[in-house]
Amino acid sequence: MATEYFNEMYEGGAVRAPYARLEDWMQSMPAELRQMKQAEAEDLFRRIGITFAVYGEGGDPDRLIPFDMFPRVFAQDEWRKLERGIKQRARALNAFLVDVYGRGEIVKAGKIPSRLVYRNEAYEKAVSGFVPPRGVFSHIVGIDIVRTGPGDFFVLEDNCRTPSGVSYMLENREIMMRMFPALFQNNRIEPVDNYSDLLRRTLASVAPAKCDRDPTIVILTPGHFNSAYYEHSFLADLMGVELVEGADLFVENGFVWMRTTEGPKKVDVIYRRIDDSYLDPLCFRPDSMLGVPGLMDVYRSGGVTICSAPGAGVADDKAVYTFVPDMVRFYLGEEPILKNVPTWQCGKEDDLKYVQANLKELVVKEVHGSGGYGMLVGPKSTPEQIAYFADRIAKDPDNYIAQPTLALSTVPTFVEEGVAPRHVDLRPYCLVGERIELVPGGLTRVALKDGSLVVNSSQGGGVKDTWVLAE
Amino acid sequence: MILTVSHTSIYSYDAPVRGAVQSLRMTPSVCDGQRAIRWNIEVVGGTRGASFRDGAGDWVEGWSLRGPVSEITVKVTGEVATTDMAGVLRGHRETVPPESYLRETGPTRADSGLMTLAQEAVAGATDALDRAHRIAAAINEAIAYRPGSTDAHGTAAEALALGEGVCQDHTHAIIACARFLDMPARYVSGYLHAGQEGTPNEASHAWAEVWIDRLGWVGFDASNANCPDARYIRLGSGFDAGDAAPIRGVAHGRVAESLDVTVAVEAVQQ
Repeated sequence: MATEYFNEMYEGGAVRAPYARLEDWMQSMPAELRQMKQAEAEDLFRRIGITFAVYGEGGDPDRLIPFDMFPRVFAQDEWRKLERGIKQRARALNAFLVDVYGRGEIVKAGKIPSRLVYRNEAYEKAVSGFVPPRGVFSHIVGIDIVRTGPGDFFVLEDNCRTPSGVSYMLENREIMMRMFPALFQNNRIEPVDNYSDLLRRTLASVAPAKCDRDPTIVILTPGHFNSAYYEHSFLADLMGVELVEGADLFVENGFVWMRTTEGPKKVDVIYRRIDDSYLDPLCFRPDSMLGVPGLMDVYRSGGVTICSAPGAGVADDKAVYTFVPDMVRFYLGEEPILKNVPTWQCGKEDDLKYVQANLKELVVKEVHGSGGYGMLVGPKSTPEQIAYFADRIAKDPDNYIAQPTLALSTVPTFVEEGVAPRHVDLRPYCLVGERIELVPGGLTRVALKDGSLVVNSSQGGGVKDTWVLAE
Repeated sequence: MILTVSHTSIYSYDAPVRGAVQSLRMTPSVCDGQRAIRWNIEVVGGTRGASFRDGAGDWVEGWSLRGPVSEITVKVTGEVATTDMAGVLRGHRETVPPESYLRETGPTRADSGLMTLAQEAVAGATDALDRAHRIAAAINEAIAYRPGSTDAHGTAAEALALGEGVCQDHTHAIIACARFLDMPARYVSGYLHAGQEGTPNEASHAWAEVWIDRLGWVGFDASNANCPDARYIRLGSGFDAGDAAPIRGVAHGRVAESLDVTVAVEAVQQ
C-alpha cells in the first residue's frame, strides 16, 4: 500500500527538531548494549510488578506489556496546542454531563439526538437532577489521540469513567531516568512525576459540602484479581491514601465509613476503580459483592463524592463521540482545537450504504466494544472477515460505527533488526476539579508488529516513555 | 378520601445477621391528588441515614442496622388525603426525561406474544391516550388476576403465556407493550384501598404509568381495569418492579431470609 505515514523523527531525510538529540543516542547503542538495556528494563518492570492490560483490553493480566526504550517526543509548541485541545474537550464533556442530567439544553437545541442520550445504557436515571461538587462528573479524562501529520491530531475516543494506564506513564519515565540518566541531562524534559500530587489535589477539591475538614480520600478497587490492581495500589501509595475494597467501607448515619484499627473513619472522596453497576447493590446490580450497600443514597444526599461520578459513561460512548465537537461549540462557544475522526453511523441509512460499499477501506467498531476486539480494519482484513462483518452490521446497524483507516504516525522503535518506524497513539490524562490540570506527557502505545495499526496491548502493542521538551 | 395505611414487613433470618442496610422508597409522592397528613417510617432498632428526593421525584431514605439480629421489622404507618385525578399525575416534580423510560428490561421485554397483543389492541385507536387504554384493557383480558399464580421474578412474557398473574405481571405487561409501541412507560408502586369485596391481598399494589404528550404521566391499573383514583396512594416508580421496589436491602451474613408482610389500607369514615 502506498500510504505515506508521518514519521515523527524524520521528515524528508532530516531529523525533526524535537528528536535532534536522540539520533546520537541511538547511534551510540550497538546491538549488544541495546539488548542488555532492554533486558534490564524488562527486569525492572517485572520487579515492580507492573504487568496489567490497559482499560478493558482484556488479554492475559499477568503478561508483561513490552516496553520500548525509544522515547516519543513532543516539542513545547506541539504540546501546548494539544494541551489546549485536551483541556477544552474535558471541559465540554463535563458540561455535557451536567446538562444531560439537568435541563438537557443540548438535546432541546437539537444538537444531539435525545435517543443517543436518554436511551443510552450508560444514562443513569439514579443521578438525574444531581450536580456533583464543582459540576464535575469526569475527574480523570483519558483522551486517546492519534497523529497523522506535523500539525494533525485526531481524537479516537474519550474515556470519562476510569481510564487506566497512568501508572505506565509514571513508571516508563522512572525506568528511563534510571537507565539513561545522561539522556535527561542532555534533553530538557518536562517532569510528569507531580501527577499524583495533582490527582490528590483534584480529588480533595471536589469534597462534598458536608465535609468540613481536610477530606479523607480513598481508592476503591475491585481487588487484587483485577488486571489494574497494581495501578490502584501504586496510586494509593503515591498519594498517601488508603486502598480499600467494598467490604472495608460501610454506610451509617448518612455517611460512608472506613473500618480502621482505630475505629471507623469518615470517608469524603472515593476514587473508584470499579464500574457503576457494581458500586451499590441497593441501586445497581443487586448481586454485586464489590460495592458498598447504601453508597448511592449517601452520594445523592451530598455525604460523599464519587470519582468519576456515576453516570459519566454517557459522555464517552462511541455514538455520542461524534457530537463532542458540537458540545465544544455549544457549551464553550469555541471552535474545537482537536478534531474528531470522521465517523459514519451505521444506524443512519445513508451512512450505512456508504460503509457497506467501502468496507475494504474502513475501520469498523462496535459502539459498545473496546480494546480492539469486535473491530474490523478493512485494508488489513481478508474477504472472509469483511463478509462476516458486513453480515453483522446488516443485522444490527445501530451497534456499529465506521471510520477511515487513519495513517497513524510512526516513531522509531527498537526491533529485532535494529530500529524501525512503528505506529503510535497517545493517551494523556486530564484532571478536572477546582482547576483543570494536565501533566506534560501521557501514555504512548506502540504497535510493535511491522505495519500494524492496532496499538492495544492485547494485540501486540507496547508502551513508550512520552517526552515534552521544555523550551 | 382519607386513607390510613399500616404496613409492616418482617424479615426473618435463620441465623443472626451482622447488620443490614436498606434504602426505602415508602413515602407518598408529592403530587396533586394526595397529601400526607401524617406519615412515619421506622426500621425497628435501626438508624436513619441519608435522605433525599431523587430525579424521578421519589423520596428515598437510607437506614442501617447493627446486628446481631435475627429479625428486621420495617413499619410504615400514616394517613393520606386523596382526591380522584382520573389517573393523571400532576404537580409532581421530576427531572428524568420521559424518553429514558423506553429502555427495555428483563421483566418488561416484549416477546412476539406481547408484540401481537399490543398491535392488535391499538388497531383503530384515535390517539395515544386511547392506545394506552386499549393496551390496559387487552392485558386485563389476556392475563387473569390470580393471587399467587406467579412469583416475584416472573416476566411479562411468562405471565401472558400462562394467562394469569398478579398486579406486578399486569404492570410489566403494560410497560412491555407501551415501550414496544415507543410510548414511555414505568412501574409504580403504592397502596390501594380495595374496599370490602375487593382484593385485599393487593393493598400493597402496583400499576403502570404511560407518558402521554400534553397530559404527562397517566396511570393504568390493568388488574382492576381502571385508572388510579382516590383509593390509590402513589409511592415511587422505576423501569420495572425491581427498580421501583419500596424496600431494597442487604443483610450481612450467609443466611436464608423469609419475609412476612401485613398491609392494611382503610378508608376513614367521614
